[in-house]
Amino acid sequence: MSDISVYGEGLVKNYGKTEALRGISFLVNKGEIFGFIGPDGAGKTTLFRILTTLLLPDAGHATVEGFHVVKDFRHLRTILGYMPGRFSLYQDLTVEENLKFFAGIFKADISENYYLIKDIYDQIAPFAKRRAGKLSGGMKQKLALSCALIHKPEVLILDEPTTGVDAVSRREFWEMLIRLKNQGITILVATPYMDEAILCDRVALMQHGNIMASGTPDQIIASYPHRLFSIKSDQTLELLSLIRQMTGIHSAEMFGGNIHVSASNALTGIKEIEDFLRSHDFRHFELEEISPGIEDCFIDFMKMNQAS
Amino acid sequence: MLPIIFIIPIVQLLILSYAVTFEIKSIRLSITDNDNTVASRRLAGHFRSSPFYNIVGESADQRDGAEMLHNGSAHQMIVLLPGFEKALAKGQPAHVQIVTDAINGSAAALMNAYTLQIIGDYNREILAEVSPQAGMPVKLTWSYWFNPQLDYKTYMVPGILVLLVTIIGMFLSGMNVVREKELGTIEQINVTPIRKHQFIAGKLIPFWIIALFELAIGLLVARLVFSIPILGNIFLIFVVASVYLFVVMGIGLFISTLTNTQQQSMFISWFVLVIFILMSGLFTPAESMPQWAQNLNIINPIAYFISIIRMIMLKGSGIHDIMIPLIILAGYGSAVLSLSVWRYRKTI
Repeated sequence: MSDISVYGEGLVKNYGKTEALRGISFLVNKGEIFGFIGPDGAGKTTLFRILTTLLLPDAGHATVEGFHVVKDFRHLRTILGYMPGRFSLYQDLTVEENLKFFAGIFKADISENYYLIKDIYDQIAPFAKRRAGKLSGGMKQKLALSCALIHKPEVLILDEPTTGVDAVSRREFWEMLIRLKNQGITILVATPYMDEAILCDRVALMQHGNIMASGTPDQIIASYPHRLFSIKSDQTLELLSLIRQMTGIHSAEMFGGNIHVSASNALTGIKEIEDFLRSHDFRHFELEEISPGIEDCFIDFMKMNQAS
Repeated sequence: MLPIIFIIPIVQLLILSYAVTFEIKSIRLSITDNDNTVASRRLAGHFRSSPFYNIVGESADQRDGAEMLHNGSAHQMIVLLPGFEKALAKGQPAHVQIVTDAINGSAAALMNAYTLQIIGDYNREILAEVSPQAGMPVKLTWSYWFNPQLDYKTYMVPGILVLLVTIIGMFLSGMNVVREKELGTIEQINVTPIRKHQFIAGKLIPFWIIALFELAIGLLVARLVFSIPILGNIFLIFVVASVYLFVVMGIGLFISTLTNTQQQSMFISWFVLVIFILMSGLFTPAESMPQWAQNLNIINPIAYFISIIRMIMLKGSGIHDIMIPLIILAGYGSAVLSLSVWRYRKTI
């Protein structure tokens, strides 16, 4: 049990008739980065609000570091670091004032814990006298992370930290998370970006208040049951509607400029697809067999959920 | 924001105190004299020489006067019927008709009172001429205590000071909490170990200080610009204001715990505030309200404070005279504040 950091069982939360969480269970081990991956409305924020003691679950229970999220809320608030999805620091305080304010509330000593945030805070330190509201998106996010870390939390909970942040800042941010993980902090992160799943130690794929699958990214990819092909063409839309009529095809989805086609049985291969397309006078395309990504898995789970 | 907080109250004090008056300085009067004799012209002369009247029309046809009342160019018309002088000479009652535009009821009543007084003076003159030895059976003398000149500013300014303090207390503190909800900063704060009463105290104290500071400025303006007498102890005014502020801030905070947006909070605060102000006796005497409305003032903090501050400033009342309302305010304040601490939720 001592390896478990966060534990949730049968968590249910309804907002009126809207079912935000429909009985979620999961385990997060100490010192890992655990990603909750899912689109908007999947229930990620609701789940995080329950874990951060902001929201009471309608049913089920959860513990963080062995403390119950409802009964031990007061102690939990001292060991959690939380970064809400929306920038929630005081916009009319300066960078420095925000940091001092949050350190003050937690009765934390900035110089004592500075090593934790040094890498992050050093980047915004030149703007220490600037008001938080006047910072760019990437800098706001670094400041928010610094403030969430200044009391040396045991568990860091980040709700969509990279939404609306440019690609370079996103990569930097994940590098920071991995460094924090190496300091022994357990990190829960919610994100709608499938490509970030690979960076997590383990992930849970969420949709409509359910966890569809969880495990390491490799396990999830390995569980993908179909052969997968990618087709590139300059007539993507025509190709998509055509290929969906082919027998032996499980699904066909747009992926950027390409179409990912999954086969419903092992008999469907490159040759079969090529023959089918050519027999329908489709000539200009590039076809290859690929290994699935998390997004392919996600869409597959989603379709299975809808079917059942 | 900071300059606004300080400038607006002073401007409000200056404008309201000069503009809001119960006196009517220039009554536009139309005179229809159908008698046209020495006696009737003498009565008209009384109105003409009064500083309160402005004669806007004189005509032999009362339809002209009626027309002026209709189009708003006259406030009031008086009609002297033919035979006015003759009736007086015979010792019979002479008739004067007064017609007043009563769109604004309280103004109409005031104008009527002025006019009746002028006609009363005229009556007395006639009586004195007819039988000099008669005189009036009862001679009246009066004096107004605590405001000898019946100066409306002396009456209004303390009330307006109360309003300033109230608006700051009720709006700024409550609005501040709702603003945190709107911006989302409260979500971050709620996850910290900060306690509810600490958070509420943090929301109260700055505005409490600002409001007391503004009261000081207001009193200074009242003293220097309006020469309002401050007979009582200034320190006592601040003691009362400090207690009173906890009541209004408590109400503001309580409203903010019930609402999620500044708009909702603003709407409810205004609703409560307007009722409290209108019933407080600031603009109209609370004594003239129906009994049930006067009873409602038991929960109206503004009514307490206005009556206390007028007592201290104009009457020089000491702590003993205001003890009971002060204790009520203190109890009220602790009740409302406890209620809002209890109602404030660190969960959503």
